[in-house]
Amino acid sequence: MKRLTQMAGAVVTAPLGWLAALIDPPLRLWQRVAGQKGMVGFFLLPNMAIFGVFVLFPLVVNIAYSMTTGGALFLADREFVGGAQYARLLTCQNYLDIRTCQEDQFWTAVRNTGTFVVLQVTLLVICATATALILNRELRARGFWRAVFFFPVLLSPVVVGLIWRWILDRNGVLNAGLVGVGLDPVNWLLDRNFAFAAAIGVTIWAHLGFFALILLAGLQAIPRDLYEAAEMDGTRPARVFWRITLPLLMPNLLVVVVLALIRAVQVFDEAYVLTGGGPGTATLFLTQYIYEVGFASLLKNPGLAAAASILMGGVLVVLTLVQLALGRRNERRGKLK
Amino acid sequence: MTRALGFLTRRRGGAGWHWTDVVTFLWLGAGVAIMFGPALWLVLSSFKSPAQLAEFPPTLLPYEARTAVVEGYDRPLPLFVVTDEAGSRTLAEVRRVGTVAQMVDPENPGEIERVNIANRAPDRQVGFSWGNYLDPFLRFDFLNYTLNSVFVTVVATLITLLTNSMAAFALSKYEFRGRNLVVVLIIATLMIPLSVILVPLYSIISAAGLVNSLWGVILPTVATPTGVFLLRQYMLTIPDELLEAARMDHASEWQIYWRIVLPLTAPALAVLAIFSVVWRWNDFLWPLIVLSRQEVYTLQVGLNAYAGELNVQWHYLLAMTVITMIPVVLVFVFLQRFIASGIAGTGLK
Repeated sequence: MKRLTQMAGAVVTAPLGWLAALIDPPLRLWQRVAGQKGMVGFFLLPNMAIFGVFVLFPLVVNIAYSMTTGGALFLADREFVGGAQYARLLTCQNYLDIRTCQEDQFWTAVRNTGTFVVLQVTLLVICATATALILNRELRARGFWRAVFFFPVLLSPVVVGLIWRWILDRNGVLNAGLVGVGLDPVNWLLDRNFAFAAAIGVTIWAHLGFFALILLAGLQAIPRDLYEAAEMDGTRPARVFWRITLPLLMPNLLVVVVLALIRAVQVFDEAYVLTGGGPGTATLFLTQYIYEVGFASLLKNPGLAAAASILMGGVLVVLTLVQLALGRRNERRGKLK
Repeated sequence: MTRALGFLTRRRGGAGWHWTDVVTFLWLGAGVAIMFGPALWLVLSSFKSPAQLAEFPPTLLPYEARTAVVEGYDRPLPLFVVTDEAGSRTLAEVRRVGTVAQMVDPENPGEIERVNIANRAPDRQVGFSWGNYLDPFLRFDFLNYTLNSVFVTVVATLITLLTNSMAAFALSKYEFRGRNLVVVLIIATLMIPLSVILVPLYSIISAAGLVNSLWGVILPTVATPTGVFLLRQYMLTIPDELLEAARMDHASEWQIYWRIVLPLTAPALAVLAIFSVVWRWNDFLWPLIVLSRQEVYTLQVGLNAYAGELNVQWHYLLAMTVITMIPVVLVFVFLQRFIASGIAGTGLK
């Protein structure tokens, strides 16, 4: 860690030293003219300009887009229609039957995403908790085991998708295993249910290590003496888990659940490379719907895509607020301790 | 399950094997197989020839058929191990007609033997098809894709580090009106993903003439709120007395930032740099939208396009997937510990 620190320091200062020295004289002049306040502006400006143009401004303009129609790209050329795009997305003759909805693709995506979120987050959090609990035991080569579960987190979604496409292929290694034990091979990615399950499994595979690591940090923050006291009293392990581990881990667990929800709502990359949304629309998720409607389809409809993305953004904002509130509560608790 | 979890939270004490130890090692063993296995399988498969990839059931290691140069034939002939009434021997195949193969003994090429193909098996040895790795660079655009990806990753990371650290410096070391507003604004957008603002963002990039430009991929990603947040938290721990002392010595504010605060923030910068590299290298959805011409594809977009073609050439695709993995695996191998503490401490990524 120390060496890395030094390395990073050297990289930042040494090769660009002359450049930094070149910038200094004009800035010194500016500082004399504008004072410290002017320097605040100088330091904030680059980041805030990029942030403003590429994050904040689009965020606001998105609302305007969602109230327009037509295929034109620029807002000025688009026709204002008020809430018509939202109406189109949300109108169904019978809300229990997706086929009666005006925009049935959207509802398919909503249903798929909803099912995905519930199943994926539940399984992911259970697996991550179990993994964290196991990694928190006194193991030899703990770093190695931690690395095993963390490794897929850094892989790109495209690589993750392709690896699993290759494994789940009709002639893939998983089917070879099935045939090896005397079962029939399965068309994993061409069967609706299996493809959906594959999307869940693959995204869990890719993100498990990240959440396990956060939970592991939470577990390690639990004071050891609590366990020692419980052991002295001869408390049964199940009771130790329910009375000590779980309550003290709960703040971290909640944050992890919300973070996992935020990620799951936006599922796209891995699933798209793995299944392309298919077979049919079995794994069509919301982000892919937005992408298809806004960019990929022949009849591009940016207004509709914007409206859908604002609906999705609304869900994410609510989840983010919950997450921030939970994080703040944890921070306060940490300070009390 | 809950009972198992209960036991698992306990530290292993005393001698002998408790059943929780068994569960632990089963879980860890399965972890190795499921987590490492697929990547390993990918790497091994990437060295197989197209014919071998089509084989079912697949073999673990890549094999190549042995061949022999036989007198009287222009090209090397594939060797087969033939087993029949006459015993087992190695023959070279001249041609095959239906279920009968015409074969010769490499030692005695004069006389042609007819062998039922059921009686012969290819004579193979472990061999790696390096062409899978070379051809995509020589014959397709993968060199371009790689260079594009490297450019995007390096430039975006440098800009991210510079602009984020400058903003974090202003937000942590100066008192000014509206500071809290800016901080709240940044935190509020921490979790607003690009996928929510795709449409207007694309129109802005388009208005700026950056469609099909790598700068169109880079710019929207560099003002990461996460980075500003992380660096600011770190800079808050640097004592202000240090800055005051420098001001006494007539250091300019820029020098204070560049020569004092930035080097002291190196650990946080390193964490952000690692993550920025991984994020930008792995980016997919946004480049997919901005880049529609082949010569500007990044590796991720190129791979996806290649995988979407009607007859996927898996032997090339797998090799290129491995290439795409390499930088990230290197980062992982060398900086694993650092990444772990970065994530656990800040919830980054």
